[in-house]
Amino acid sequence: MQRIGVFVCWCGSNIAGTVDVVAVAEALKKEPGVVFSANYQYMCSQAGQDLIKNAIKEHNLTGIVVCSCSPRMHEATFRKTAAAAGLNPYMVEIANIREQCSWVHKEMPIGTEKAIILGKAAVAKVNLNTPLVPGESPVTKRALVIGGGIAGIQTALDIADAGFEVDIVEKKPTIGGKMAQLDKTFPTLDCAACILTPKMVDVAQNEKIRIFSYSEVTDVKGFVGNFDVTIKKKARYVKEELCTGCGACTEKCPMKKVPNDFNLNMDTKRAIYIPFAQAVPKVATIDPDYCNMLKNGKCGVCSKVCAAGAIDYTQKDEFIEEKYGAIVVATGFNPISMDKFDEFAYNQSKDVITSLEFERLTNAAGPTAGKLLRPSDHKHPEKIVFVQCVGSRCDACNEKGKEYCSKICCMYTAKHAMLTRDKYPDTEVYVFYIDVRTPGKNFDEFYRRAVEEYGVHYIKGMVGKVVPEGDKLIVQASDLLDNKQLKIEADLVVLAAAIEPDKSARPLATLLTASMDTNDFFTEAHPKLRPVESPTAGVFLSGACQGPKDIPETVAQAGAAASKVIGLLAKDKLTGNPCVAHSNEMMCNGCSSCERVCPYGAITYEDKEFRMPDRTTLMRRIAVVNPAVCQGCGCCTVACPSGAMDLKGFASEQIIAEVDAICK
Amino acid sequence: MQKITRDILVEKAVSLLENGTVCCVLGWKKGEFDYDVTPALFESKEEIEKDFVYDDFCGANFSKYLVKKTIKAEGKILVFLKPCDTYSFNQLLTEHRFDREKVYAIGIPCEGMADINKIRAIAGDGISEIKCGEKIVVDTIYGDKHEIDAKDVLLERCINCKSKKHVNYDELLGDEGEVIESNRFDEVARLEAMTPDERFAFWQNELSRCIRCNACRDVCPACTCEKCVFDNPKSGVENKAPANEFEEKMFHIIRAFHVAGRCTDCGECSRVCPQHIPLHLLNRKFIKDIDSFYGEYQAGAEVGSRAPLVNYTTNDLEPSEVFEGRGE
Repeated sequence: MQRIGVFVCWCGSNIAGTVDVVAVAEALKKEPGVVFSANYQYMCSQAGQDLIKNAIKEHNLTGIVVCSCSPRMHEATFRKTAAAAGLNPYMVEIANIREQCSWVHKEMPIGTEKAIILGKAAVAKVNLNTPLVPGESPVTKRALVIGGGIAGIQTALDIADAGFEVDIVEKKPTIGGKMAQLDKTFPTLDCAACILTPKMVDVAQNEKIRIFSYSEVTDVKGFVGNFDVTIKKKARYVKEELCTGCGACTEKCPMKKVPNDFNLNMDTKRAIYIPFAQAVPKVATIDPDYCNMLKNGKCGVCSKVCAAGAIDYTQKDEFIEEKYGAIVVATGFNPISMDKFDEFAYNQSKDVITSLEFERLTNAAGPTAGKLLRPSDHKHPEKIVFVQCVGSRCDACNEKGKEYCSKICCMYTAKHAMLTRDKYPDTEVYVFYIDVRTPGKNFDEFYRRAVEEYGVHYIKGMVGKVVPEGDKLIVQASDLLDNKQLKIEADLVVLAAAIEPDKSARPLATLLTASMDTNDFFTEAHPKLRPVESPTAGVFLSGACQGPKDIPETVAQAGAAASKVIGLLAKDKLTGNPCVAHSNEMMCNGCSSCERVCPYGAITYEDKEFRMPDRTTLMRRIAVVNPAVCQGCGCCTVACPSGAMDLKGFASEQIIAEVDAICK
Repeated sequence: MQKITRDILVEKAVSLLENGTVCCVLGWKKGEFDYDVTPALFESKEEIEKDFVYDDFCGANFSKYLVKKTIKAEGKILVFLKPCDTYSFNQLLTEHRFDREKVYAIGIPCEGMADINKIRAIAGDGISEIKCGEKIVVDTIYGDKHEIDAKDVLLERCINCKSKKHVNYDELLGDEGEVIESNRFDEVARLEAMTPDERFAFWQNELSRCIRCNACRDVCPACTCEKCVFDNPKSGVENKAPANEFEEKMFHIIRAFHVAGRCTDCGECSRVCPQHIPLHLLNRKFIKDIDSFYGEYQAGAEVGSRAPLVNYTTNDLEPSEVFEGRGE
């Protein structure tokens, strides 16, 4: 029989305001096994913890129940307290009477009743708890960064700077990401390439960093400190180690009509290409969808002109298996598709473009060599309308867009408007907005300069419709401050499209068993206190994969993620989680159901000899769980038809005891 | 088409036994009455020639017997499998429940087995002798004689036969059949269309007859656990005395959950139930739901297939998406 102590926390008035803590402590004293109960203002304070420690020693407690906040908040605290008093930390149970009780109820009697019930359930569980001892596992001192944009680059550089090896996996042929496509950056207006490309070169030259470009992560197994990752290096049909990046092939390739995705398909490239001049690695890649040699075996020009002999039409996808201690996700964002926004005539007119396309049009390395020309007739636009919040801040029921604010659009639109007025003072610029949101360092000053110094027409109101008419675009909009309808004959319309997580994020999250929100942004372990860690141990978040961010914020978060990784890799050993599955071999049928549902590959089978009552031996197939790989998710325990599989610390028996205590 | 008779099977069994291919034969033998044919293990030519039976009452599915019998057998066991039995056979192989190497499986075609209860309904009680042939000839102790067309007294599972195709065998006797578009879910659909109260009343009526004889569990090829939860003192449900006459529902519902996704719909549970409870309807409801949530899946159609309920893939839908009908 256990000797259980119950400790009811007031949490100031957080709990005591709606729960009669004295009554809870009294009621739980009568539960089976309970030999001591107390209440205190702040159980997590030093004095509160001392109260627990003293009670454990004085009353020879074998288990404790703390009725307090969510276990996510202080379970670790109270486990340490118990351990300090000589009690096994897994003999501690938390009854969450704050988030699940006092915060959701308003009336004292109801709150008190529920708190007692939750306490009873925890007591029922502790009665069946057994001491658990976690195992230890070594740490592979190498990090993987998935995504080679500014977030991934910064994280990799910072980790490498601390002396650890880092691999970057980038699905495009070059690192650089979205930032490489930008022209200038707000609010200082320095050129994106000028500040990004030196970092890209740093990455290439850093001995600790390997770049897997044109590659994807296809499989992740293992756990924090010991991830086994499979990386698919897609065939680029060019030997990376031989290619010098001279570009001769990209000039001679006869296939000239390949849409250039780096310039958002506003111009064309060759079937063999280097995305841009400062690409890292500076290696050519063949697009197999367009290359004549790969499609029908007729051509071979690139291999003839390649002095280095780097072209290899027979190259195959290569799979690389590597071990990592930590994984950083930096998969970034994309503008949403404008297909559903017919009202803006994006698909009808070439002169309706997104802001990212505008970046390429004003970029010296872009399709117009930096001259702002209309895509349709290459004339200089005299009147430009910018539309903000296209697909951002939509109604929840509106299936076209996103509910959230994309955060960066106000600032880049102000930048585009300002730069246009600066270079082409004869151009009239209108910006339609719902609000202008500029809460960053020097952001509001920047926006006001656009309005006050550069004379950009900011109009509060949304554009209802854009209609192409001749070579003009008729923009119908409302001016909410003047309360009137406007009709503007524009030459160019620029849509500030909402941003969304990259499509590769969702399958990656599944591979990593990292959680995501409904918008497919990765979830943090704690929104305020652990913003760069995913709830999955050993997986960290960097940049816009976690939520919309501008460059300064991304770089800051990238550094923070790196510091967390460094903290992890600096350890020699990690303490595991003892709450893992185990199979009762006497009941196991060896049916393989558990292995089929295990997301971590933690279960294998072996044939074991059993001694039978009649002195014969019997070979039977049984399941064996690798406790270092098991994450304690419990899928196997429900899949097991015979009930042989159970979870330590969360045994079916314990859960049922909790349910029984609640229903009694 | 070659009609498979007892003599063909006996000849086959004896020759395989005598040439050493197999060490014993799983077959049927007559019980106390002509209609309670029971499974039996034959180890000699003499036993086979004396007791082996093959007629319209050989409904028993032998797949499950292989789990225990293959462990002890010195060599291969010969087993005769009807098309529906081969699905259970495959399902057990998928679950690694016996060693395929220790079995010699002969597929035999099947035109459906007879339901003694339907015969009783026609001939009345006191059946003394039944002769199977072109017609089923029934004599009673009262001197009545009935000639019944086998087609009129088929088991429910045979009326709704899902497949005449053998999905696993070493040797096939007769011609291979096809998978059949059956109407086996019609009755489930009828229950689904009921109001919850009507449905509750239906099952209360059916399940309150249960006497917990465990025949359904003992015959079920999906119920081969080393230790059944209902026999496990730690499970909390072992030998529990029912608090009321309807508490047995929990037994059947728990059992249906345990075999969900693994039940091949062989219909043995309903065939052996002495209280004539249509237990197969519980399992068919699960099969129908799995089909509609995750796409059609026939347990046992192939060895090693990953049933939707026990298959983790990185493309798995979230539960909410499944309920919104976005599953394939």
